[in-house]
Amino acid sequence: MGKTLAEKIWGEHIVRSAAGEPDLIYIDLHLIHEVTSPQAFDGLRLAGRKVRRTDLTIATEDHNTPTLNIDKPIADPVSKLQVDTLRANAKEFGVRIHSLGDAEQGIVHVVGPQLGLTQPGMTIVCGDSHTSTHGAFGALAFGIGTSEVEHVLATQTLPLARPKTMAINVEGKLKAGVTAKDIILAIIAKIGTGGGQGYVIEYRGSAIRELSMEGRMTVCNMSIEAGARAGVIAPDEKTFAYIKGKPHAPEEFDAALTYWKTLFTDADAKFDVEVNLDADALEPFVTWGTNPGQGLPLNANVPNPAEISDPEARGAAERALVYMGLEAGTPLKKIAIDTVFLGSCTNGRIEDLRAAADVLKGKKISSTLRMLVVPGSARVRLQAEQEGLDKVFLDAGAEWRNAGCSMCLGMNPDQLAVGERSASTSNRNFEGRQGKGGRTHLVSPLVAAATALRGTLSSPADL
Amino acid sequence: MEKFIKHTGSGVPLRRSNVDTDQIIPAVYLKRVTRSGFEDGLFSAWRNDPEFVLNQEAYKKGTVLVAGVDFGTGSSREHAVWALQNYGFKAVISSRFADIFRGNSLKGGLLTVIINQSDVEDIWAAIEADPTTQITVDLDTRTVSYNSTVLPFEIDDYTRWRLMEGLDDIGLTLKETDSIDSFEGNRASYKPKTLPIKK
Ligand code: SF4
Repeated sequence: MGKTLAEKIWGEHIVRSAAGEPDLIYIDLHLIHEVTSPQAFDGLRLAGRKVRRTDLTIATEDHNTPTLNIDKPIADPVSKLQVDTLRANAKEFGVRIHSLGDAEQGIVHVVGPQLGLTQPGMTIVCGDSHTSTHGAFGALAFGIGTSEVEHVLATQTLPLARPKTMAINVEGKLKAGVTAKDIILAIIAKIGTGGGQGYVIEYRGSAIRELSMEGRMTVCNMSIEAGARAGVIAPDEKTFAYIKGKPHAPEEFDAALTYWKTLFTDADAKFDVEVNLDADALEPFVTWGTNPGQGLPLNANVPNPAEISDPEARGAAERALVYMGLEAGTPLKKIAIDTVFLGSCTNGRIEDLRAAADVLKGKKISSTLRMLVVPGSARVRLQAEQEGLDKVFLDAGAEWRNAGCSMCLGMNPDQLAVGERSASTSNRNFEGRQGKGGRTHLVSPLVAAATALRGTLSSPADL
Repeated sequence: MEKFIKHTGSGVPLRRSNVDTDQIIPAVYLKRVTRSGFEDGLFSAWRNDPEFVLNQEAYKKGTVLVAGVDFGTGSSREHAVWALQNYGFKAVISSRFADIFRGNSLKGGLLTVIINQSDVEDIWAAIEADPTTQITVDLDTRTVSYNSTVLPFEIDDYTRWRLMEGLDDIGLTLKETDSIDSFEGNRASYKPKTLPIKK
């Protein structure tokens, strides 16, 4: 029997396997940031261990770096401590780091691909659950905890249980205004936040192949919101073209290419589970609740919990509506928004900024809200400025910030106030995620921009 | 790592499903660079509510958390495990855990035990009727027991052995250094390196 893409990559990275034990898997690239690494370096120091492969390790500052006044010392003392600790650890252990102010600084999952370090067939880990993003290149990439970070630093391997495989087939053609973000929100609403648990998801089908690399990253990024540890998409000409010319593209490009072309699921391979989604039927999607599975097409109304038969889901919906301050039956398009956040590792890439700027061009955002535009990396910011996108955002009345995670998780000063409602292109709408008491609706960049103009959840078609 | 063979303590009923790691420990607490002291951030959004279970005198000393389905979803932060351990929990029982959280907990020596939802409901009923009810989580026999009820649970042999021996993963892997060396010897040369590119 043939193998799935994920099984091929897994098999090529087994250092050791034994019955009844997890496989010892070799890690090709280890990405580090300031939040989940200090205790790992501390552990190495305590045990007198070294970083085994500094040449396969790279660090950047993202989770709590400020997006304003980045030339000044970080004001928040604890954020400063974490960032300083990362810098000191990188220096002590000899790890390459891109610090605030550096052109390659930014969200770790934006930085890897833009440097060309993310390539097909690799195993990639990072102490951050959205590492699944890198799966868009046909790499097996997943988030790990701090002990695992320490384990990889010390050994460049991880003992891992072999995952099951799930195929999600998205066939058909997306309507205008429907994006990669809508695909993944619809998938999560369909299979639930636990639906992918224990699986590596392979996204397949004509609608996935049609997506740009940025769009594919958006889809793979939110695999974790569907419960899966990793998502992969088979590499193709778009993938190869994206890598070519990037700083870390292989010098032996043809040798690499020959290998990359073997990375697909064999015709006779079997997935443990298959799920189908009809791309033609998709609409712009938004979330109404407090987990990413609580989403609906933008044209729908806030659901009535009483009509949900599953008692768990009903209870969750009831609590979500209370937290979100929403009435059942309200059209989603009538929901007024206070803050629009365009950014994050889900939708903070150049293509996302372009799409939003296209909607905003020559227009003004509603006076009832603020809009924060936070590029995913310093390089994305520079690129956007070269294209004049910063002017479009500023002229429309939005704020143009420096790169980082920012309001995606509100560890830096970019937070929602209690009761404040956001339309956010990020990936998590949990209670308090963007600030204590803040209410989050997850949306695509197009919906974010249209919402900023109209003041209520909207798509460009409503303009 | 401390050995885990068997633990007996009182239970804390957490009647909520989908408790994600942002709720276990919000992001603002993650800024520390140590491994201890996270107990003050545990379930912080709920700790101001006098009705919240950890604020009730009867449950303050609990060491076994009995949680609703899908416990530990969301971010991969291991601080969630440390917060539970720093607070004093030795085991968490639920009918389903998020993958990463479960991985983190078993590595860190916090035993996560999976049993049926109906059995979870029964334990909730028992510890709500009498908060002093003692729950025993026995890794040796792979059972949870309280009053006269004994419930088997599954855990793979390898993880169980590691926890019972208190073995840390890195030490175990370093015994395999020869295999890692030889794997590295065969890696393709076109695989990228992070060393700065000189142009
Ligand atoms: S942008 Fe958000 S989801 Fe992405 S790495 Fe940063 S905090 Fe995590």
